Amino acid sequence: MLSADDTIFALSSGQPPAAIGILRISGPRAGQALEALTGNLPKPRVAGLHNITNMVNGELLDSALCLWFPGPNSATGEDLAEIHCHGGRAVIRAIEAALEQIDGLRRAEPGEFTRRAFTHGKMDLAEAEGLSDLLFAETELQRKAAVRNAGGGLSRKIDDWQQQILALSARVEAELDFSDEDDVAPEQVAEIHNSVRPLVDEMGNLLERPRAEKLRDGIRVVLGGPPNSGKSTLLNALVEREAAIVSDIAGTTRDVIEVPIALGGIPFLFIDTAGVRDSGAETIEQIGIDRARQQFSAADIILWLGEEGQGPAQGNLIEISSRCDHPDHQPKASAAFTLSPVSGRGMDALVDHLIIRAKDILPDADQVSVNARQAGLLSTARDALSAVIDETDYLIVAEHLRMARKALDEITGKASTEDMLDGLFGKFCIGK
Amino acid sequence: MGCAMNRIFDIIVVGGGHAGCEAAAVAARMGVSTALVSFTRDSIGAMSCNPAIGGLGKGHLVREVDAFDGLIGRAADAAAIHYRMLNLSKGTAVQGPRVQADRKLYKAAIHRMLDGQDNLTIVEGEVASLVMTESRVSGIVMADGSTIEAQAVILATGTFLNGKLFRGEERLEGGRTGEAASVSLGQQIRDAGLPIARLKTGTPPRIDGRTIDWAALPEQPSDDDGWTMSPLSKGRMVAQTFCAVSRTNAGTHEIIRGSLDRSPLFSGAIDAQGPRYCPSIEDKIHRFADRDSHQVFLEPEGLDTHLVYPNGISTSLPADVQIAFVRSMDGLEKAEIIVPGYAVEYDHIDPRALDRSLKVRDLEGLYCAGQINGTTGYEEAAAQGLIAGIGAASLVQGKDAPALDRGTSYMAVMIDDLVLQGVTEPYRMLTARAEYRLRLRADNASTRLTPIALALGCVAGERADWFGDRQRARDDIFKILESVYSSEDLVKLGINVRRDGTKQSLFQWLRFPNITIASLEDLETCLKTGDADLMAEIEEDARYAPYLERQESELRDLRANEQIGLGNDMDYAVIAGLSNEMVERLTTARPDTLAAASRIRGITPAALAAILVHARRRDSRNIAA
Repeated sequence: MLSADDTIFALSSGQPPAAIGILRISGPRAGQALEALTGNLPKPRVAGLHNITNMVNGELLDSALCLWFPGPNSATGEDLAEIHCHGGRAVIRAIEAALEQIDGLRRAEPGEFTRRAFTHGKMDLAEAEGLSDLLFAETELQRKAAVRNAGGGLSRKIDDWQQQILALSARVEAELDFSDEDDVAPEQVAEIHNSVRPLVDEMGNLLERPRAEKLRDGIRVVLGGPPNSGKSTLLNALVEREAAIVSDIAGTTRDVIEVPIALGGIPFLFIDTAGVRDSGAETIEQIGIDRARQQFSAADIILWLGEEGQGPAQGNLIEISSRCDHPDHQPKASAAFTLSPVSGRGMDALVDHLIIRAKDILPDADQVSVNARQAGLLSTARDALSAVIDETDYLIVAEHLRMARKALDEITGKASTEDMLDGLFGKFCIGK
Repeated sequence: MGCAMNRIFDIIVVGGGHAGCEAAAVAARMGVSTALVSFTRDSIGAMSCNPAIGGLGKGHLVREVDAFDGLIGRAADAAAIHYRMLNLSKGTAVQGPRVQADRKLYKAAIHRMLDGQDNLTIVEGEVASLVMTESRVSGIVMADGSTIEAQAVILATGTFLNGKLFRGEERLEGGRTGEAASVSLGQQIRDAGLPIARLKTGTPPRIDGRTIDWAALPEQPSDDDGWTMSPLSKGRMVAQTFCAVSRTNAGTHEIIRGSLDRSPLFSGAIDAQGPRYCPSIEDKIHRFADRDSHQVFLEPEGLDTHLVYPNGISTSLPADVQIAFVRSMDGLEKAEIIVPGYAVEYDHIDPRALDRSLKVRDLEGLYCAGQINGTTGYEEAAAQGLIAGIGAASLVQGKDAPALDRGTSYMAVMIDDLVLQGVTEPYRMLTARAEYRLRLRADNASTRLTPIALALGCVAGERADWFGDRQRARDDIFKILESVYSSEDLVKLGINVRRDGTKQSLFQWLRFPNITIASLEDLETCLKTGDADLMAEIEEDARYAPYLERQESELRDLRANEQIGLGNDMDYAVIAGLSNEMVERLTTARPDTLAAASRIRGITPAALAAILVHARRRDSRNIAA
């Protein structure tokens, strides 16, 4: 069973091989672990070069930059050590193995560092979510957007809405609790409706923006077409071109291969529906077609390598005439791109085009964007506010505003009824 | 009876105001021997300030106390000379029943009920001090030297702690005009280390009704539909009168503005915090300079008195300014002031030192209720008296007091606000304070709370019988409303609904604002026989049912977090990640559950997570040890 008392460690930089690897150790035994590897505890918050040795056999593992942050003044709020070692797989594995041998240390679960930072009050919920996206960010674009949310761009936007809704609530509450005694001028419910409309629109706009996860998960490019239409060849060509920054290929389902590739600093997820129709059995065939359809409908871009006009009728489909140097090649009449993955012909043009399309699809790195959880709460708030617009019963208006406030509060985790009362009493002359 | 003789009760209640009376009465109803100690018998049940009972939020509290078979609702009906349902144009959840009560009749009704109450003894005399060790209060010492012992003492002394009156340049010691302040008791409480703060409140001048030109002013008649504060009361018991409405004007504001330097509020003599919502007229004119007029309700104080209470012009300006500005208003040109208004500054206990039964957390046997806890209003006081009385009597009887939460009552909303947030101004109930107000209506207080009161054993036979009958009638109606009808069936009755073949229960049909139970009587004739109040309550239940369902999940979360106990001895300073401000607030309020902690201002989810983790660790260590 996982315990918050454990000391955890993990490689917190990207997958090796890389120039450097950063190992983080957090928890009550972090100092002890660092001392075990380096022989002595470095001065707090001062970077220094230390020899890392395996304390069992005395073998020198690496010479690394080490940092020691005693809690609570650390990123997680706990004692925290960082080892910036050379980024080869062997070095990292060796240090991880040494850490694993230390009593009370274990590998961190995904997100556990962030959770500890959150638990120790190092960030609010919106910031925590921004940071988790930052930790996932592998590209420059992702990093920019993540920094924006971690710096509170979303929090500020939501704060602004909260203030506006609080002010509306104060007006409605004044109407409910005080208008009958003539302390406040009667409120016109239509004015409340009018004040709500722009908020509904603004929230709608933010919801329509691409989700923050798009930056993290990448633009979904689905390669479509019957078996042997050259999908795998094209995929391999794309992968090879960018081999240095390709992550491990992972088949997420039996039938679909997903390959994350960064092109021009933009994260893409190429999905090969290969295997979909490879089976001869009719029923499996049907399952395969259904799965391919699902992939197509979730795609940001479809590269169609099949027969011209036979692809799914979607606006994001690009007709590809592949294998133009193949002897059986039947050129398409209106192909957007004619390629030879083997010779590389047309590949640059395709990649350039994908990058241009992606920039339209991705959230602008300078804009605030929301992730799925935040989007869910935000649409709850938006729906609650929309319901205000036709409502004339003040009690229900107040209840919808309360639900909207609650949903926004859950995004940032702040505010209370008292805030609303402050708004109420600050604005109106009330009382006998 | 010798004056130095010691007497023993289970519970002593000090103070015969609204809090004290309810506290003593509910303890006695629960079968616990109770002494109600008051300086004079005559001052018990006095309405010391305005002659109104109820209002928005406050009317809810009256109905809730009444649902526990309390006194205030029935006494208000016995004395009511004017009824007005506030917010009648809005949903019942925010409608506020309010009455003007004749002071003499009100006091007489309270005396009648207390005199007829078993287990209750009224003790006349001045309380000199508490019998107190470091950790326990076990009685009181009277000024004559006698002691009264008890397992619990409830302090309901109102503003009597170190009260100071201000009127212009005048200063007087005392709680209200003509009454002595209990300085020694106040000193003892200070010495015991209870956190004390200071607040101020004010009253308007009292006007001689014979000098008011009533004919020149718009009248506000009493409601004529026969509703009552308590469902046990039978309609209008005494003659009804009317109120009148006057207004301040530019001339009034000019006079007040020109004399602000003579007000103790502005000269700096009073630095205690006054209420945001009940400001003095000089405060209103200073803070809301853009308003050129404020309404003033002229409320008769009783049937056989000429005193009129001008609601809306509480003031501590000098008497000569008061007469000048009063006479600047319509209908009051020749008005005579009988008692000038004044401001009172007084000590109160920081209610964050109390637990949810209003017991002082660090002192066994001592409870505080009413204005002493920083609240304002009879209704708030009465509700606290009830809660403290229930808490003390439950302690004596060795049982748990019923758990009320923000989803069941305004009383719990108030107690929760007080013990967690403390007060920065006199606390007044508002419907805006109750997040779940759609379910906490004045019209369903009995349905919500009387079952709890019955289980507690504080309900006398008359109400128990009435409630039993009502519940049976209610169940019958709900059963009838389960019958399913189609849109066609309703159209045939002449009800305007979309003819889309929808079939649903009558309860679901009642969600439409244009459908009432009365409009469905031809479908189910049994609906015709029902009691009007009950029908109105059920209609409202149906109307807001979708919202109530949505709130259920919120309440489930709330109640789950209420199950996570934090205990009285949590050391917040050792929890990493909490700011100094959070540690201070948590340490002062000492929330008993995680849900309570979440309601303390400035406590973030991150802080809550840290508190939860700490509590879990501590609990697991305790189990291991």
